[in-house]
Amino acid sequence: MGEMDRRGFIKLAGLGGGIVFASSLGLNTLGSVLDYASGYAGKKVEKEFYFVQLSDTHWGFSGPKVNPDAEGTLKKAVQVVNSLEEQPDFIVFTGDLTHTTDNVQVRKDRMAQFKDIAGQLKVPTVHFMAGEHDASLDRGDAYQQFFGKLNYTFDHKGVHFIVLDNVSDPGAIVGESQLNWLKADLQQQKTDARIVVLTHRPLFDLYPDWDWATRDGSAVIDALMPHKNVTVFYGHIHQEHHQMTGHIAHHSAKSLMFPLPAPGSVPKKAPIPWDASAPYKGLGLRNIEADVKQARYDIKELSLNGG
Amino acid sequence: MEDSLMHRKKRVLIAGALLMSATVISWLAFYVRANALQPEREIHITAKKFEFTPDTITLKKGEPVVLVLSSQDRKHGFNVRAFGIRADVDPGETARIRFTPNKTGKFTFSCDVFCGEGHEDMTGTIVVTE
Repeated sequence: MGEMDRRGFIKLAGLGGGIVFASSLGLNTLGSVLDYASGYAGKKVEKEFYFVQLSDTHWGFSGPKVNPDAEGTLKKAVQVVNSLEEQPDFIVFTGDLTHTTDNVQVRKDRMAQFKDIAGQLKVPTVHFMAGEHDASLDRGDAYQQFFGKLNYTFDHKGVHFIVLDNVSDPGAIVGESQLNWLKADLQQQKTDARIVVLTHRPLFDLYPDWDWATRDGSAVIDALMPHKNVTVFYGHIHQEHHQMTGHIAHHSAKSLMFPLPAPGSVPKKAPIPWDASAPYKGLGLRNIEADVKQARYDIKELSLNGG
Repeated sequence: MEDSLMHRKKRVLIAGALLMSATVISWLAFYVRANALQPEREIHITAKKFEFTPDTITLKKGEPVVLVLSSQDRKHGFNVRAFGIRADVDPGETARIRFTPNKTGKFTFSCDVFCGEGHEDMTGTIVVTE
């Protein structure tokens, strides 16, 4: 019996179709029993927990050829998460909650609507972060009114989470001030601390000609390098992608509005058109199961494609 | 008699000096003209949501150029990663990028300051020929 079957995380009934699991990177599955183990550096930590990552929901986007269910996809994702038999400890949204607009009022309306829909999640703890569509045109002003700080940290069961803002500066810059904040935070962490960075853009130069980079991302990576156990989860590129920079793993998530082509695979980046024969193809969310002791994250992709 | 001879020698010397000076000046003028810095070709590029005009620029390898950038609406960026050059393009200001293409081919330039919904379409091409 497979890992996910055993654990029964997902209740298939009532979702209007099946859900496909795909383990990324060939990561080993984890033990099936939630228990406690002696943690690193003498700490007593919980062995494992899991959280859900949703990304690039682009609420407010309109383009029937790309997603004829633009107003239903986020709601469907909420339904999928709420249907998980075992609810995650928390949920993260890694940016581009809303689709950009020059109109300040429309921007706020979209954020309010998004917040209402996300508020239907049964899991009480939801961590938001901004994408450039949310925050680049007003340096995060509206975003902060609705969702709070652009960069912050939180701790959960032995893992230190760092939310980095690489979007409110329209030049895709983390900036010196935030970099100093990051360094000060990291100084409080032991070198073997379990650290997860959540951000929107890739911190490495994935494909800069397509805006898939953070201009000063290398400074962030340099700051993280002394720490042995760092993993980055991000969005922005609307597809699954996995890359190592030294010992640091970077994992991007699928979008919940439209998929984008593989980096550099076409002359001009454009959303992949909707496939009527396979609705929601290329869209999805993921659960991420943390083995704190091993500093390992098992990623399971969840599809909305109904088949 | 001696006075006349002296006078003639002086005139020959002066004439010789003048001739030499003229030669040196002519040579210098030629040298300066030949070695003067080539005036760099200026290429004016205008940015506005969500396009560059022109969006295709043809350059010659080894020919120094100055890209003169201006914005008609809001802040944009101009980035040619293949040549490691970029500039902020602020409205009301002019950004100048001096560079000499050192390779041939087609190279993308793009706005790297998020400027709205069509930001990701704001690209162009530099064509460098031999």
